[in-house]
Amino acid sequence: MTATDPAKAASRPVPVSIDPSIAPPGTRNFRDAGGIPADQWHADQNGETLVPTHCCFCGVQCGMYLRVDKGGKVFGVEPRNHDINRMRLCPKGINAYQQVNHPDRLTAPLMRRSRDEEFKECSWDEALDFTVSEIRRIQEAHGNDAFGLLGGASLFSEKTYLVGKFARVALKSKHVDYNGRLCMVSAAGANKLAFGIDRAGNPFSDILLTDCLLIAGSNVGECFPVMTQYLWGARDRGASLIVIDPRETAIARTADIHVAIKPGTDSAFFNAVLNVVIAEGLTDEAYIAANTTGWEEVKKTVAAYPPSRSAEICGVPASQIVQVARVFAGADKAMAWHARGIEHHSQGVENCLSVINLCVATGHIGKPGAGYGTITGQGNGQGGREHGQKSDLLPGGRSITNPEHRKQICQIWGIEESELPGAGTSMMEMVWQMQRGEIRGLIGICNNPFVSLPNYAVVKDGYDTAEFHAQFDFFLSETAANAHVVFPVTTWAEDEGVMANAEARVVKHNKAQEPPAGVRTDTWVICELARRLGAGKHFDFPGSREVFEELRVASAGTVNDYYGITYDRLDETGGIAWPCPSTEHPGTPRLFEDGRTYHPDGKIHMQVVEWHPPMDAYTEEYPLSLTTGRTVAHFLSGNQTRRLGALVEQTPRPWVEVHPSHGFRNGDPVRVVTRRGSEVFPALVTEAIRPDTVFIPYHWPVPTSANALTIDALDPRSKIPEYKVCAARIEAAERVDEVPAPPTPPGREAYPETQVSRTDPLPPTSPQGRGTAERS
Amino acid sequence: MMGRTIFIDPGRCIGCQACVSACRECDSHRGKSMIHLDYTEPGMSVASLPSVCMHCEDPVAPCAEVCPADAILVTADGVVQQADTTRCIGCSNCVNACPFGIPKIDLQAKLQMKCNLCYDRTAYGLAPMCATVCPTGALFYGTLEELQAERPGVQVADSFVFGDVVVQTGVAMVVPADKVQWPVPGGLPVVEINGRDVR
Ligand code: SF4
Ligand code: SF4
Repeated sequence: MTATDPAKAASRPVPVSIDPSIAPPGTRNFRDAGGIPADQWHADQNGETLVPTHCCFCGVQCGMYLRVDKGGKVFGVEPRNHDINRMRLCPKGINAYQQVNHPDRLTAPLMRRSRDEEFKECSWDEALDFTVSEIRRIQEAHGNDAFGLLGGASLFSEKTYLVGKFARVALKSKHVDYNGRLCMVSAAGANKLAFGIDRAGNPFSDILLTDCLLIAGSNVGECFPVMTQYLWGARDRGASLIVIDPRETAIARTADIHVAIKPGTDSAFFNAVLNVVIAEGLTDEAYIAANTTGWEEVKKTVAAYPPSRSAEICGVPASQIVQVARVFAGADKAMAWHARGIEHHSQGVENCLSVINLCVATGHIGKPGAGYGTITGQGNGQGGREHGQKSDLLPGGRSITNPEHRKQICQIWGIEESELPGAGTSMMEMVWQMQRGEIRGLIGICNNPFVSLPNYAVVKDGYDTAEFHAQFDFFLSETAANAHVVFPVTTWAEDEGVMANAEARVVKHNKAQEPPAGVRTDTWVICELARRLGAGKHFDFPGSREVFEELRVASAGTVNDYYGITYDRLDETGGIAWPCPSTEHPGTPRLFEDGRTYHPDGKIHMQVVEWHPPMDAYTEEYPLSLTTGRTVAHFLSGNQTRRLGALVEQTPRPWVEVHPSHGFRNGDPVRVVTRRGSEVFPALVTEAIRPDTVFIPYHWPVPTSANALTIDALDPRSKIPEYKVCAARIEAAERVDEVPAPPTPPGREAYPETQVSRTDPLPPTSPQGRGTAERS
Repeated sequence: MMGRTIFIDPGRCIGCQACVSACRECDSHRGKSMIHLDYTEPGMSVASLPSVCMHCEDPVAPCAEVCPADAILVTADGVVQQADTTRCIGCSNCVNACPFGIPKIDLQAKLQMKCNLCYDRTAYGLAPMCATVCPTGALFYGTLEELQAERPGVQVADSFVFGDVVVQTGVAMVVPADKVQWPVPGGLPVVEINGRDVR
């Protein structure tokens, strides 16, 4: 063995021990480890600066530095020792900076009078005037509600606040919703019903303190990669891991119990687990008696779900149900985290409620290491709905149908209550309304429904029927390519604002560079449209900072209280969890520590859950379940990540995951048929999936779009589409359909590197995709 | 084993390739990754395994030993550097000599490229890019004591047997606690596949 250079060894300070309640294991502060502080690392070398900010993608909201060169341009990333991620980043986060100065960026407004024409670059005045004249024309002829607005949960909270205010005050339309509707609204609805507050109960760091971690319907390794360090940290301390997922994902692979459940049967499973918990006397009766309502009814309902019955429904051994009950209820402290796998269902709210019932009945709530959490897909999935972007909510999580709440907001906004519209419909319903001609004009802000909504044929028809469509984006997405007007707006690195991550921790993103010439902030565009619509006095905001000040005041005294959160405090801390009612308040990382919920009676309202089958019936013709999900290299509709060379190279195209029992070989072209249509994907043959289930990642547009096949059935309460289960069959096909290259904006050459990967899809026989071959 | 080094724990790896992307960001070889991700049981499992340069100690760096141009330098603290571009003749000897399959030849530049443990960072006490970002801790940078303090009971191996040859490395691998038999099989002959004895 070679000895370490003694001089160097002596200069290295002794590592300090890390408090497990705040720092995940395997992490250290490089200041403590000696050497150059991370935040001066490159600054020392090249005269560049490091701007502290956060990742623009998922709901972990990892801290990162953007490297900015002497000319003021973002050109790289450097890990940042932030509380949330402690230097960790996933490949999306590492490559995110590449979109800031990407050649595909839109740098001038695009306009056309009809969809048959080509886009032409135009001036901002032309684009804004045309949009405003179309809004006026449509609203005068068909009423205010004939024009709709769809926002996005990747926007900063300030912008989501503006979207809600713009719809109600400037457009005076009730039709506003956002793409978080496709994300975690089922969990939100369930949490609201049970606890009166819509957020995760515990911070990530509580995972390190738990004895049993139950993950339901979340492929943490690929969708929330940086959270894995908390999982593995918990396991280092001996916590058991239970994973409920139809696929053997990277975390399921090492779980103590992996329940390979049939898609769409989650509430039957959790009801049976609770049934066993009750039968074995593992409930926390004292806790239930003191803190809950509705327990007797829940008890009665779950009596109808003995393990034998649920085992049959869920396609899992009854013994596993018993085992899960014993391990979860028997643990000193247990936590349940869930995500789209149980939420994207026509019974998404019920599924979440059945998990909550289990946590509550076993007393695993409101303690360090015990509680529940929801994993948000989008960066601001949590914050995006808190301040009025959702059709039924006003800022501060106020209900738009509650007269008291309406009065409060009208006072803040300075409008008459009679002027404030009522509740609108959800994102998918708005598309149906567009098909029927009820909504005739639409503005979309940073969303891409052509890839992200289910049942593509219906979505395309809805948008095509709309008389006018404008879209805000920084790349020409599939949806923007259908619009009449496209406004080129800033990326996250060109503006400042806050987002709330999956812990409801509000973090601040900072501006790293000036936007390219011709590009405006979303805030500017919204305010300018409002001004031209005659509502200028309500939208006099020079920038995010001023919007945030109004948002703080508008949320004061509500459950979603941001009043105590200021930009300065966010700059000084690692983020503050709401509710935070005063500037001295430290924030609320963990809920219900005093045993009180946010219902007026302070109790947890347990809810009865009955399982019912998925909306799309299995028949001989369609015997399999099709389920969808994400891959680690791509984000949602892929509009951003499908342009970044390294990520395209990592996962160039989608595939269909099938069990070997179907007789396909890796790379065989497989036609997947559902009642909505059919598409051909290369097969990824793997034992890591149930034989009765097939899986397709959904980041690509037609002709290899998972969402061209999924069903547009909605949960009656949350209105979330049932992405995670529909009936399908598979058959051998001739060749794989190719993913078309995204449209190139006019006047610009495509990015040569990514273009190569896009137009050179792998031959159908080549093994590719997750876990099939070396791709490095 | 070096004081601070990389420990690889394949059991934690989720195959996310953050390490690969991060390696590309390193200023010394921007745009090219020097770390590889292997999928060990394709079709059976999603298991994956990152490979970095193992910084062989005994025999000292086979790649360096066979280099006819003396282009591969080993530093005093045991880091096997990437071939010096002013000396490398692109002959591929190192590629053939490495028992772990690490060095690669950039065919266009006719130069060898390999992981140098982010020497520009590690020399200053920072972790290499891959181990910094790895979301799971599958790549850990630190001392064995630090690793064991955070992961009680963890066992590592730094000796690998290839046929008759034992290679001791600067980078270590986490091995199942109940299977610690040093040295661990690093190459042929294969004795066990999926728990089945195939000797
Ligand atoms: S995508 Fe999520 S996990 Fe990955 S770096 Fe960004 S915030 Fe972190
Ligand atoms: S970053 Fe870590 S978890 Fe991800 S592939 Fe590399 S070693 Fe595995």
